[in-house]
Amino acid sequence: MTSTARATASAAPSSPGSRRPGRTALPGRPGRRARAQLRLLREQPGRLAYLTLVAVLFFSGFPLYYSFVVASKDNSALAQIPPPVLPGANLVENVERVFATVPFGTALVNSVLVSGAVTASVVFFSTLAGFAFAKLKFKGAKVLLVTVVATMMVPVQLGVIPLYMLMVELEWTDTLWAVIAPGLVNAFGVFFMTQYLRGALPGSLIEAARVDGASTFRIFWQIVMPTARPAAVVLGVLTFLTAWNDYFWPLLVLSSPDQYTVQVALSSLSGGYVTDQSLVLTATMLATLPLLAVFALLGKYMISGIMQGAVKG
Amino acid sequence: MTLAAKETAAPAARPSPASRSRRQHRRYRLDLKASPYLYITPFFALFAVFGLFPLAFTAWVSTHEWSLLSDDHVFVGFGNYRTLLSDPYFWNALGNTLSILVLATVPQLLAALLLAHLLTQRLRGQTFWRMGMLLPNVASVVAVAVIFSQLFGRDFGLVNWVLESLGAGRIDWQAGSATSHIAIAAMVAWKWTGYNALIYLAAMQAVPREVYEAAHLDGASRMQQLFLVTVPMIRPTIVFTAIVSTIYGLQVFAEPQLFGGGGPNGVTGGASRQFQTLTLYLYEHGFNRGFEFGYASAVAWTMFAVIVVVAVLNYLFIRRIRSDS
Repeated sequence: MTSTARATASAAPSSPGSRRPGRTALPGRPGRRARAQLRLLREQPGRLAYLTLVAVLFFSGFPLYYSFVVASKDNSALAQIPPPVLPGANLVENVERVFATVPFGTALVNSVLVSGAVTASVVFFSTLAGFAFAKLKFKGAKVLLVTVVATMMVPVQLGVIPLYMLMVELEWTDTLWAVIAPGLVNAFGVFFMTQYLRGALPGSLIEAARVDGASTFRIFWQIVMPTARPAAVVLGVLTFLTAWNDYFWPLLVLSSPDQYTVQVALSSLSGGYVTDQSLVLTATMLATLPLLAVFALLGKYMISGIMQGAVKG
Repeated sequence: MTLAAKETAAPAARPSPASRSRRQHRRYRLDLKASPYLYITPFFALFAVFGLFPLAFTAWVSTHEWSLLSDDHVFVGFGNYRTLLSDPYFWNALGNTLSILVLATVPQLLAALLLAHLLTQRLRGQTFWRMGMLLPNVASVVAVAVIFSQLFGRDFGLVNWVLESLGAGRIDWQAGSATSHIAIAAMVAWKWTGYNALIYLAAMQAVPREVYEAAHLDGASRMQQLFLVTVPMIRPTIVFTAIVSTIYGLQVFAEPQLFGGGGPNGVTGGASRQFQTLTLYLYEHGFNRGFEFGYASAVAWTMFAVIVVVAVLNYLFIRRIRSDS
């Protein structure tokens, strides 16, 4: 929830992007201006810029690298001075210990099920609603869209207590349904798809299909869905990550180890009185690796999603 | 356009009787009228049931002595709120939360601005640097909390080792109020700095180049350009990142919980509650001892109020900065 909420929020602010002051060029002396422009274009980042970026990269990557180092060590090696900074040889053994201590395989499957279901649902329903808001005319459209935007900022996580009571009523506590159901839709997805389809879907195409007698749903299925694909990938990646990393609600509602998602299993490992650090960090690494794989493959879509969210609106 | 061809072929071939065309027309009108509402219904229905209703119902529950363990829900009015406001642990949690919030958000957003500014230059390998910055955001809060708890460990933590080799003493990060807040703020900042930098970068790219050319002609250095030209122009974006960070920061949970070891020490946020946040306090009362749902709901609504107040203050503060400069 949090990550999408963040992406959202960034979306609305810069909405008046085109109305910003300073659009008008300053009165200038063309000769000097052209020269300045050339200088600006030529301005190459110095060595300091690259050095800073390398340092940033180091700080970004190091904690993740370090979890790998600890995961590949014997627990006693961690007590050494200086602490180890190079990987050891105990990785496989530690991985086996993780799977022996908690049903981590089950947790991985649970997380895939939850995140997969949530992602499919969010992308589908967001595209459906986004299509309606972007291209169909209906009474109350404006008010309803404003409602969607407004709800993006509402900290729904504060509703956990009645939500828990609701799950008790439905007898869904300690099942994956309890985790999936509240994630099936989110306001950010609807807003994101509305924005995208507004620009990407030519109204004339829809008109033409209508003239040819296509029903609205047929237009959705055969024209809107294919058009929405690039945005669906972005929304899908962001949603999947958020669902995979969700922790607070699954922790509250899941109580038996075979229902745990990865995050809850991970926290249960670190909850004991005596913590086996190399065990905990091996599990952390295992929980993070699938995300790193997704990131390596689709990271650039994430970046464009975050940056689009910031500019559009 | 294959569908078009298929659909038109039939009626054109054999002219349909008037009644049929009327029926078709009615169906068309119905489709046109009802479809939009049908398409937005799943969102609004599900969001109402699992999002808005619980939030609203929290208010009702908060006025009751309400426990999951008993069927009697005694109306107590503002009783829960009175108890809450007279509980020193609540004020402690509020103070901790605000302290962590400031320690995490201010350096984070400043660093994000500088990073974004750096990235506006014509760098080689743009995508590579951007992905590098976003990397921490991919890790889950749980993973971040676990890894940083190890790094900030008293005896074998890497941070203490570095401090020691630099000649400073070891720090028991968990024990102190300020030190534990710094450690937790570091987790939040590490995860979100790159993310915010990307948002700023997007906003900066939308600033027209002429403005910078003019500033350049006036002899402004790159740093001056950032603070005198860029910052005022991307102010709406800055306001929003600040507000969103605030909303997120006021609900911080996993970081302190796992920093305290996840067990009972995690729930109270350290032995003397030195880093118990508001959400941990809610968790302690609502789910950790006896399901005091009425009281925990009062905590939730109070948090809601705090979030609104802090977000508004945030907004006013940042607007003020702009009008001063």
